[in-house]
Amino acid sequence: MAFRHSVAGTTYVFDDLRTLLARATPFRSGDALAGVAAASAAERVAAQRALADLPLRHFLNEAIIPYEADEVTRLILDGHDPAAFAPIAHLTVGGFRDWLLAAPPEALPPIRAGLTPEMVAAVSKIMRVADLVSVAAKCRVVTRFRNTIGLPGTLSIRLQPNHPTDDPRGVAAAVLDGLLLGAGDAVIGVNPATDNVEQAMALLEMLEAVRERFAIPTQSCVLCHVTTSLRVIERGAPVDLVFQSIGGTEGVNRSFGVDLALLREAREAALALKRGTLGENVMYFETGQGSALSAEAHHGVDQQTLEARAYAVARAFAPLLVNSVVGFIGPEYLFDGKQILRAGLEDHFCGKLLGLPMGVDVCYTNHAEADQDDMDALLIALAVAGVTYIMGVPGADDVMLAYQSTSFHDGLTARALLGKTPAPEFAAWMERMGIGAGEAIPERLSPALIGLA
Amino acid sequence: MSLTRWADLRRFTPARVGLGRAGTGLPTAAHLDFQEAHAAARDAVWSELRPEALGLDAPVVQSAARDRREYLLRPDLGRRLRAEDAARLPRTGGVVVVVADGLCAAGVQAQAVPLLRTFAAPWPVVVALQARVALGDAIGEAMGAEAVVVMIGERPGLSAQDSLGLYLTWAPRPGRTDAERNCISNIRPGGLTHAEAAAKLHWLLGAARALGATGVALKDEMPALPSLEGKG
Repeated sequence: MAFRHSVAGTTYVFDDLRTLLARATPFRSGDALAGVAAASAAERVAAQRALADLPLRHFLNEAIIPYEADEVTRLILDGHDPAAFAPIAHLTVGGFRDWLLAAPPEALPPIRAGLTPEMVAAVSKIMRVADLVSVAAKCRVVTRFRNTIGLPGTLSIRLQPNHPTDDPRGVAAAVLDGLLLGAGDAVIGVNPATDNVEQAMALLEMLEAVRERFAIPTQSCVLCHVTTSLRVIERGAPVDLVFQSIGGTEGVNRSFGVDLALLREAREAALALKRGTLGENVMYFETGQGSALSAEAHHGVDQQTLEARAYAVARAFAPLLVNSVVGFIGPEYLFDGKQILRAGLEDHFCGKLLGLPMGVDVCYTNHAEADQDDMDALLIALAVAGVTYIMGVPGADDVMLAYQSTSFHDGLTARALLGKTPAPEFAAWMERMGIGAGEAIPERLSPALIGLA
Repeated sequence: MSLTRWADLRRFTPARVGLGRAGTGLPTAAHLDFQEAHAAARDAVWSELRPEALGLDAPVVQSAARDRREYLLRPDLGRRLRAEDAARLPRTGGVVVVVADGLCAAGVQAQAVPLLRTFAAPWPVVVALQARVALGDAIGEAMGAEAVVVMIGERPGLSAQDSLGLYLTWAPRPGRTDAERNCISNIRPGGLTHAEAAAKLHWLLGAARALGATGVALKDEMPALPSLEGKG
């Protein structure tokens, strides 16, 4: 069905829901590249007004990607819970924004299963940065594997000790550096330079040895393809979490070499290992605006709505961790610091509202129009918004992936600014090990204990 | 010897470990080291290739992207050859090399000519500005090439701002996908040497000719090279 709205004497017509959503999206380069962005500021605000008047119920009647053509659409509509939707079923998108801003925190979890990602994306498009922060700050999502992630007052950090050639000693040195700066409670997670079974096995065994030697209450992960994880599980490697990049359409997932059935198989394989001591959240997903366009699998839908649909995929697998790699996909999708800032806060808001343990890789590449100041602004806004975790990279410089993320120091700064602590089990471990503000390496964390001499 | 100083961790990795701290932040020197590296990377991205300074007897073409900003925003334009440029190119057949600025013209400016010399082959060369890898498909088609080698500047990181990649595509024509190419990356001082890159390229070309294809069908099974520069 078509939607219309007049601004300053001009009537704008939007042919269908996906067009309305795209035109209502605050400007970013990827939507212009896809040819779906509003042609003027007036057209954008007309779309936002038409969207604000749209009843939430409408999203259950008009699929933006056909049900028959896309398994992610089927997952979203088949999984919709009318009872959870009932408290907000009478609202428009605009009314939902007002409801969210006024809602007490305890009102949010009960409606999660009644929300589709398209509803959540829609309301985010008519929210300002401060709205995205204040509603996200009310969302509580707690997950567990060997520790407890997402409790109020905590900010967790993924320790990302990448090395250009996967040298195990180089990775171990970066792990130790991060531990000494309080990182690693979300996960110690390495992106391998080469995705193959032997490399993943070697890294997993090294991470396991470090974790056991220092008795760290955390989990490790080698971020290889899910099919590689399945192979290393068969071969008996110590796999805590299974990682996979995912997107919001069947086509983009196919371009990543996965579908929902394969993700189900991987989750079952990880659960069968029974390695979690506190909980059974065994999946780790990464997402990012622009991946579907990059894979030519976007169906004319804007990149932020597709990103929210990726969270519907994620939540079907009860993950321990999910993060957007917001500034990593490139300037053709998010051109500058302003676009990355808003997108990072949108992603966090949408993920949290849908019930995900949402982190953000606060990051940029060198061909984006962004720098450390932009990242500091996004990091601080996300920390206020209660982001579940961020990345910790030595000196913010990932020497394997050649991009800049947040440093271990940035994590410490965000915690200190807002009075946040690591996951409680990890905080207690840091105290036991004597990790503090000093320059010396505590004896209990001697590099020699993990073979660095 | 047992390590006691935090900074000792640096011997194990090129990552920025053991930086110490000032409060929760970076000490000034470490902060400015980072800023310096980022400045070099930014300048490398925005650098312009000066074809005349390469001293090559080669036609110069430009993609449909008019400038760097448009190049960054519109990868589709960086893959498109302008009609007037296509009409100017000689129909040479054989292997064609495209020297392309990519995301790092500075690295191409410095390394292209010595790397071409190391190829030791009489292949015709085209210089391409505001070029993505796939621009080579249109150039190769216009020249009737059996294969195209795109030598292109790689996205600068903080530790390397001069890295080149080689992309080999058999029977180039617009519409080829990245899965139909073979890539040799990280060619730079301190990375893959020119001699190693040239040897690999010649091996891949031979295998491509035998197979009649490049890409995922062509597995890199080249025997290991003897160590050329004593890199342990």
